[in-house]
Amino acid sequence: MFRNQYDTDVTTWSPAGRLFQVEYAMEAVKQGSACVGLRSRTHAVLAAANKAASELSSHQRKVFRVADHAGVALAGLTADGRVLSRFLRSECINHAFVYDAPLPVSRLALRLADKAQVCTQRSWKRPYGVGLLVAGLDVSGAHLYYNCPSGNYFEYQAFAIGSRSQAAKTFLERRFEGYNDYTPDQLIKDALSAIKETLQGEKLTSSNCTVAIVGRKDDGTVEPFESIDGNRIQEIIDSMEAAEEAPAAAAAAAESSSMQEEDKGTDAAPMDI
Amino acid sequence: MSRRGDWVYENNGGTCVAIAGADYCVVAADTRLSVGYSILTRDHSKICELADKCVLASSGFQGDIKALHKNLAARELLYQHQHNKRMSCPAMAQLLSNTLYYKRFFPYYAFNVLGGLDSEGKGCVFTYDAVGSYERTGFSAQGTGSTLIMPVLDNQLKSPSPLLLPARDAVTPLSESEAVDLVKDVFASATERDIYTGDKLEIVVINKAGTKREYIDLRKD
Repeated sequence: MFRNQYDTDVTTWSPAGRLFQVEYAMEAVKQGSACVGLRSRTHAVLAAANKAASELSSHQRKVFRVADHAGVALAGLTADGRVLSRFLRSECINHAFVYDAPLPVSRLALRLADKAQVCTQRSWKRPYGVGLLVAGLDVSGAHLYYNCPSGNYFEYQAFAIGSRSQAAKTFLERRFEGYNDYTPDQLIKDALSAIKETLQGEKLTSSNCTVAIVGRKDDGTVEPFESIDGNRIQEIIDSMEAAEEAPAAAAAAAESSSMQEEDKGTDAAPMDI
Repeated sequence: MSRRGDWVYENNGGTCVAIAGADYCVVAADTRLSVGYSILTRDHSKICELADKCVLASSGFQGDIKALHKNLAARELLYQHQHNKRMSCPAMAQLLSNTLYYKRFFPYYAFNVLGGLDSEGKGCVFTYDAVGSYERTGFSAQGTGSTLIMPVLDNQLKSPSPLLLPARDAVTPLSESEAVDLVKDVFASATERDIYTGDKLEIVVINKAGTKREYIDLRKD
């Protein structure tokens, strides 16, 4: 009832004790295209549904490497996300320079949350309009955090943000309990399935999703944060579909998905970030 | 050793050499760290791999050298994030020059030799003074043994005067193994007469296939 009177700037409380500008910022996150993140004890996976402004343009980049051991996927105002990614990269580099060690993921999420909180308590600023899924690996294992514009952050086993993310969340809720022991390949498949839920009918191909993984293999070697190549994603999608459908129909499905336009190979012009 | 109370530098000695070939680059440095007439350690690397085709060898004050290498490595990581690829050797050469000149009035006491492959895959060597003046050459030596080594390299590798026609390449026509042998020979000679050079020689060879590292013993006296 009082919403319109108390929502002009972020430094005004409502009588119910809410900051509407912050809540509106979280609304912007819900409008962005979907992202999911999930983790096991040793690996963390981020996946994002790519959305292009039009058929003529390139896809928006939603998954960014922040350091060898960490990366983010974002939903919402991607320009804000780009700026925050640059900040996170700089934080990781500075920490490594001073302490000769990678910035632990929890501290990374904390730095981001503190930066977001500042914007909720200055009259001349506005909250960042982007939610970030921060995935990374440190000495205590793989981690996934969700940072929202309010400055809050939580650790998750699996999470989804953005438009139609509820469908993905429902999918993840059913399966998350086994994730700690999942292999990296299983995590990737579940991430793709979760993204598929958010596409609601649209066909999942390697050109409308991005998947990135970071983790530590059983023998101790670290796999740095890296986006998975489009061809490999398409192979995984194909094998998932083949497993789903009856063997007779599988041949037809594999043939049709291999004819999909393959433009993941050409990287969009590296946006100066 | 200086009488000034505010002398903040010390020279930890050592020698660095780099030779550029048609499709390879050899960067080498001894591993002795000294102060005054004492040896601090026989096993200290002066070489830093900044990018996959770019290696920096520095001699001088190790405190400044460590800081310089860290600084450049952090800048290279930033470049990777922004450009989605690793820094090329000529780009790093300019960055190093700017970084050194930035401290023109309180210099890094570092004598640098940068070696690697340029964007065309040809060997390149860049040689610096302490405040960033640099030049692309076919070979160079820096450090306490440089005055002993450079004349020998000039004798073996220097191309005829640039005024002669037809123009000839600065890079040596030597093969990779010949260049490595030459490096071993010049270091053995420098070790004889320079007290700050010796113990072990670290040789890094960069070519299309990647980076290879080799260690050779030198005289320990």
